Amino acid sequence: MARVVVDVMLKPEILDPQGRAVQGALGRLGLTGVADVRQGKQFVIDIEGDLEGERLELMHRLAEELLSNPVIEDYRMQVLPDAQDVAQ
Amino acid sequence: MTDTVTHAEQSPEQPQPFAELGLKPDEYQRIRDILDRRPTSSELAMYSVMWSEHCSYKSSKVHLRQFGEKAPATDALLVGIGENAGVVDIGGGWAVTFKVESHNHPSFVEPYQGAATGVGGIVRDILSMGARPLAVMDPLRFGPLDAPDTRRVLPGIVAGIGGYGNCLGLPNIGGEVVFDESYLGNPLVNALCVGAMRHEDIHLASARGVGNLVVLYGARTGGDGIGGVSVLASETFSEGGPTKRPSVQVGDPFMEKLLIEATLEVLHAGLVEGIQDLGGAGISCATSELASNGEGGMHVWLDRVLLRDQSLSPEEILMSESQERMCAIVTPENLDAFLALCGKWEVEAVVIGEVNDSGRLTVDWHGERIVDVPPRTVAHEGPVYERPYHRPPWQDALQADGPDDLPRPSSAADLRSTLLAMVAAPNLASKSWITSQYDRYVLGNTVLAQPEDAGMIRIDEVTGRGVAISTDCNGRFAKLDPYEGARLALAESYRNVAASGAVPLAVTNCLNFGSPEDPEVMWQFAEATRGLADGCLELGVPVTGGNVSFYNQTGGTPILPTPVVGVLGVIDDVDRRTPIAWGPDGELVYLLGDTRDEFAGSEWAHHVHGHLGGLPPVADLQRERLLGEILVAGSRDGMLTAAHDVSDGGVAQALVEMALRSGVGARVWIPDGIDPFVLLFSESAGRAVVVVARTEELRFTEMCAARQLPAYRIGVVDSGLGPDAGYDAGTQVLQVGDLFTVTLDELAVAHEGTIAALFAS
Amino acid sequence: MSPRVGVVTFPGSLDDRDAARAVRIAGGEAVALWHGDDDLHGVDAVVLPGGFSYGDYLRCGAIARFAPVMASLVDAAKGGLPVLGICNGFQILCESHLLPGALTRNDSLHFICRDQRLRIEDTSSTWTADYAAGQEIVIPLKNGEGGFVADERTLDMLEGEGRVVARYLEVNPNGSRRDIAGIRNERGNVVGLMPHPEHAVEELTGPSTDGLAFFTSVLNSLVASS
Repeated sequence: MARVVVDVMLKPEILDPQGRAVQGALGRLGLTGVADVRQGKQFVIDIEGDLEGERLELMHRLAEELLSNPVIEDYRMQVLPDAQDVAQ
Repeated sequence: MTDTVTHAEQSPEQPQPFAELGLKPDEYQRIRDILDRRPTSSELAMYSVMWSEHCSYKSSKVHLRQFGEKAPATDALLVGIGENAGVVDIGGGWAVTFKVESHNHPSFVEPYQGAATGVGGIVRDILSMGARPLAVMDPLRFGPLDAPDTRRVLPGIVAGIGGYGNCLGLPNIGGEVVFDESYLGNPLVNALCVGAMRHEDIHLASARGVGNLVVLYGARTGGDGIGGVSVLASETFSEGGPTKRPSVQVGDPFMEKLLIEATLEVLHAGLVEGIQDLGGAGISCATSELASNGEGGMHVWLDRVLLRDQSLSPEEILMSESQERMCAIVTPENLDAFLALCGKWEVEAVVIGEVNDSGRLTVDWHGERIVDVPPRTVAHEGPVYERPYHRPPWQDALQADGPDDLPRPSSAADLRSTLLAMVAAPNLASKSWITSQYDRYVLGNTVLAQPEDAGMIRIDEVTGRGVAISTDCNGRFAKLDPYEGARLALAESYRNVAASGAVPLAVTNCLNFGSPEDPEVMWQFAEATRGLADGCLELGVPVTGGNVSFYNQTGGTPILPTPVVGVLGVIDDVDRRTPIAWGPDGELVYLLGDTRDEFAGSEWAHHVHGHLGGLPPVADLQRERLLGEILVAGSRDGMLTAAHDVSDGGVAQALVEMALRSGVGARVWIPDGIDPFVLLFSESAGRAVVVVARTEELRFTEMCAARQLPAYRIGVVDSGLGPDAGYDAGTQVLQVGDLFTVTLDELAVAHEGTIAALFAS
Repeated sequence: MSPRVGVVTFPGSLDDRDAARAVRIAGGEAVALWHGDDDLHGVDAVVLPGGFSYGDYLRCGAIARFAPVMASLVDAAKGGLPVLGICNGFQILCESHLLPGALTRNDSLHFICRDQRLRIEDTSSTWTADYAAGQEIVIPLKNGEGGFVADERTLDMLEGEGRVVARYLEVNPNGSRRDIAGIRNERGNVVGLMPHPEHAVEELTGPSTDGLAFFTSVLNSLVASS
């Protein structure tokens, strides 16, 4: 069982009102000096078998077309060979 | 090891945690007597949840009986109290079902999800009557506007109601937002839903037909709200108390939207014999109620329930309050078609049981019997308490402490500044920061929505037939006198519906009170239900159903007794509706009804002086009935351009709201013989402000005179008052006698600034 | 025989019935299209309605964009079929790359429902031909994720080529770049619009009837070209 972790973040130039709201909240709760907060998404996909070759390409394509919107988001993908190894 | 029936029979002395589950020793003993053995842990879970205050109404039943006993004779009621929601005949072959429910405690704990799942629950109630849900409304009550906890709960609750309702595609057509100290720590989130169907499509929650199948469909069952119903709603908040499972339900409005479409399709295809939604007490409730109402018996294979969390025990599955689930009774012949329609909407469905005539509800878990009970004892024969109650010793002193000695504004300048302060008071200020987060347009049939007197939707696009609903309650009046306060709430709601041009037909209610274990609170409840029942009889509108929410208190201080009353009315053609915005220049402004010096419990006494005491305004229901008839006739016969009820904030508030809504000024004057302060701010009941075209004036005033309804001409719409009042031409002005003038811009700034200032970041 | 306008229903679509009503009031025949059916049934135009398709999960319109009906629709649109995407429909058109840019969370973070003043800036599109250039209208707006974004180059291109169909006036309710409320494709047959014209077609239920011209425009253009 492999585990694919895809992190999706808004591109730096895109306004992130949710991140801004979190930044405000951190400040109000006593954390000073917060320069910036960006909010994104993480997809954790547990998948049977190995992920290489065509299958890996498909996974990349899906990360780019489905899991993220390339107009406004960037994605980063990690393939972890054994799902047990992941520290929570 | 599973606690089976056999095991229970063999271990009668095994101690059971009935107290932790909220059961009293005598209730536990009664269960043992019913079963002639100790209950299994699953049976104990079922009884504990179904016999909780929230599900069984044990403290309120004896008082709620009055709604049936004193019900006025009417042909309009197709389904009365007892079903999920009442159903009213509105003519033209259409039936409308509506109900209001509370989700108070969950909204304090988790504002967004508590409010969201409150909307979800009431929508499913309407759906399970066979109706397409058509609109929602939300009566809300919070602590003081500027209290930190209000800042915590209000935005989340509003976002939750909007987030869920908007995603379901139901327009929000009205509600209330009230601020009062007593709701701090106990916000009230009441949710109303209205739906419509053709007469022949009414469905009841019963399991008929031996051999028919019990199908559970919708979301998978998880650990949501386990113990939520009995733990949260049957006890007041206190410190501590860890829970292993989350007590808050999390809603998925998308799943509910699919559920609505799938359910309507299976209903219209005639594939359903009986239907029930899963709300409080989940599967325990649905199965026991369906079984009780039908042939009397049902068998369930609990292990067939589709789970989100495989680690759940059978007790937890029975008690789970996972949202967006329904239960249908389907004949074996119809099963494939039923499943196919669910599949079309990607809604999971599974057969979990079968109807029989054994007179028992039996549940098996992997082949072992874990429940074997008479279903009526679970669903309908729960404990009935006759809680002791007595009039609070402080009630007389409270009623004697009237507002007559409170300093009143008398100079023109004082009256002017009082007006500006009042329209900016949190309870009177514009709620648009809140209501603009709700979709009012979806479905394309919304004719009137907030800030109009009532929400009105078109039911029949061909004939224009529609319904109007208003929800109202003045908790301060109810504290001063719960009996009169309930009658006044009914009067206000009735008046609001009539003001929109609809004929009031039926009533729902959400009775929010403190702890029933407090005899003073129980007295308030007894008085309020008596007042509401008597009032409904007098007005000729029956209670079709409703909800009771007890334990709204933190420590020893209960909330204001808050019996929210919802009245539904019908209008033949929505085109005839009367909005609150007045029309063109020259139209005449009339005040209908009698104004007396009645300030006890008023917004003026509350906002300006922080005072609550005295006797509430007189509730003259015969006058309300007459006023209602005049308002409806005036609307239907085209005599009225606009109408607005007079309530919180008095005539001044009504005039300001009408002016701001229309964007046009007016010249108003104080009738002879009445003190200006009283005319402007008194909260006497039985009044409305109406606007009449000059060509209709004689006809209208003659109608009022013939029916002996006092009608005073108090103003004229005038868009050209600016220059005379010292402003630029075009400035819209409200001129009050020769006392003062105020521009609509000034009023708007005051009225619209209050709530936005606190929440817009 | 009046032109046939398809209205697609996805799981979670909400304003599909309202779009169909608007088509009927404008004089056309509304045809219900199912997301799972890749057959467009010979309709002359398509409306992708508002709502929360797939609950807005993942991203608004991101899942609906892969529905079987969309594969056929994208082809047909490239071939000139008139397509109007309203609100969620606009989001789906952007996710499908039939229109540039994307729609993001309102900058206020709140869902907003208001009667919105707009200026119709381009009347060359199939869906706005019945308006006068520069005409100001008021139609309902209701969304939580309505902020139109695109990079500067794309925005300049849209402006330069007259592809901004509608612009917000007085109030920008969601933070859309350049106050853009709606855009069209190069050919002018595909239009995406954030506000809801289908809710402004009856005096009784809307703030005006200003939205009707979106629907009469396409019907008139279809009749003219038939």
